[in-house]
Amino acid sequence: MGERDEVSSQQIELLRMEQVDKVFNGNITALKGMSLQVRQGDFLSLLGPSGCGKSTALRLISDLVHPTAGRIVWSGEHSADDLGVVFQEATLMPWATVAQNVWLPFRLRGKVYGEVAKEIDDALNLVGLDGFQDSYPRELSGGMKMRVSIARAMVTRPRLILMDEPFAALDEITRFKLNNDLLKLKDAFECTVVFVTHSVFESVFLSNRIVIMAARPGRVVTELSVDAPYPRNEDFRTSTEYAGYTRQAADALRLAMGEAA
Amino acid sequence: MSVVDHGQMATDKEELARLRRQRLEAGGKWILPVLVLLIVLGLWDRVVVWNEIPHYILPRPKLVLETLIEDWAILFEALLVTVQITLMALAVAVIGGVGLAVIFTQSRLVEMSFYPYAVILQVTPIVAIAPLIFIYVDSRIAGLLMCAWLVAFFPVLSNTTLGLNSADHNLRDLFRIYGATRWQTLRYLQLPSALPYFLGGLRIAGGLSLIGAVVAEYVAGTGGLKSGLAFRILEAGYRLNIPRMFAALFLIALTGVIIFAGLSFLSHMLLRKWHESALKRDI
Ligand SMILES: Nc1ncnc2c1ncn2[C@@H]1O[C@H](COP(=O)(O)OP(=O)(O)OP(=O)(O)O)[C@@H](O)[C@H]1O
Ligand SMILES: [Mg+2]
Repeated sequence: MGERDEVSSQQIELLRMEQVDKVFNGNITALKGMSLQVRQGDFLSLLGPSGCGKSTALRLISDLVHPTAGRIVWSGEHSADDLGVVFQEATLMPWATVAQNVWLPFRLRGKVYGEVAKEIDDALNLVGLDGFQDSYPRELSGGMKMRVSIARAMVTRPRLILMDEPFAALDEITRFKLNNDLLKLKDAFECTVVFVTHSVFESVFLSNRIVIMAARPGRVVTELSVDAPYPRNEDFRTSTEYAGYTRQAADALRLAMGEAA
Repeated sequence: MSVVDHGQMATDKEELARLRRQRLEAGGKWILPVLVLLIVLGLWDRVVVWNEIPHYILPRPKLVLETLIEDWAILFEALLVTVQITLMALAVAVIGGVGLAVIFTQSRLVEMSFYPYAVILQVTPIVAIAPLIFIYVDSRIAGLLMCAWLVAFFPVLSNTTLGLNSADHNLRDLFRIYGATRWQTLRYLQLPSALPYFLGGLRIAGGLSLIGAVVAEYVAGTGGLKSGLAFRILEAGYRLNIPRMFAALFLIALTGVIIFAGLSFLSHMLLRKWHESALKRDI
């Protein structure tokens, strides 16, 4: 019964891209006929070689660029409050403290600090940065900065979090730790995640769906579902099940790239 | 175990050397220039005495100091006028420079229309413009102020414009995604990003507004009651009162140094928490 509920909640559509083309400067086709359905509660990874339009897809979803053809449809009312974003760099304001950085999305909605202090503290607590409220970004390590960035994206509890290779610049130990914590955070904040990565391992560990893309022109080639149950932890990382999915994803990626070449 | 000890010893030695160097540099920063000053003053004094140079050609340092004290009433009054013009010009340069920079970044059209003229004003020597200004502007003070402002505002304008445009592009995207208004983006992103650049421009502008105030007064020539240091130097020159020229010159230099030090301190206080330029790194 419980499982049934979970399955059905995963069927509710959050947004979909319909046959989206994106052409830059009239001649660079970044995306061609991309269709994608994001469902509530998904952890969806976009996996593909450099230049296949992964970042462009995220920029389209976040409305920073507009489709040349096709459309993006949100189910229900859609506003700027629906989104949280994490970039490859932590992208913090260096002149502001950790707490002030996390306050930003609230502040831009006209909320004074006192009104949302509890949410900010809770978010920092959940990402494991309790007590760093008054530190400046320069005093933090790369991993800690990324945690602040994640707290900022999640603190307003948006419906969808977009992450563009957030851990690519981190060392492997930090990256594993953040992978584990990200899954917990997704649970705690009950959000949907679209996650861009170059790493087969990372995408398998995190996602329930992996969308594999190819370049020239950027497009979706195939989709893979990773049916291993959450919560996932270090045991999953060393399981044969994980190895199987990794192989499947790697093969699919190789096929996609071969096809492109 | 012994290896570990050895390693610690090595770093300790390094640390000690570093500390010593730091102390030396901290002391040397003050002691060395003062030493140079004393040597130069001593040489100056000896040259005057040995060559029996008359004081109306080159006074002894001691005479300059005596003149400074004796003529203090006149010189101090003139100093106040010069400082007043300098600070007012700097204030107007800040308001005008930052204001224009903000307008420029809000509208490309305005920037394209007016930026070339800002550059032309900047590259035209102030001594060439000043006589015209004094023909059309009746008030002497207003004319001086205008000259000083013309010299000082450009570094503020160009640095602030650069700073406003140099906000991290990912942060810009983030602000757009969150639906920030223009005003919010300006207030929370662009102005803080521009602060270090602005402060750099301000330090240059501080020195320039003093230069502008002095140069303009040379051009303005004899004036009414409110004469600044430049006029006192001219006047003393006509009367061959060389010691007073030196005393006035000393006051101008001192003013410049104080302005620069004050603005550097302000810059340090505003940036010390977060900006690389204000962070102390030993290695
Ligand atoms: N603003 C732009 N103007 C012109 N071309 C662009 C622009 N943005 C992206 N492109 C082009 O679109 C294609 C896809 O770019 P995109 O950044 O989406 O790829 P990506 O999959 O994110 O690559 P990477 O993994 O290297 O980040 C590239 O060929 C790129 O050169
Ligand atoms: Mg990218």
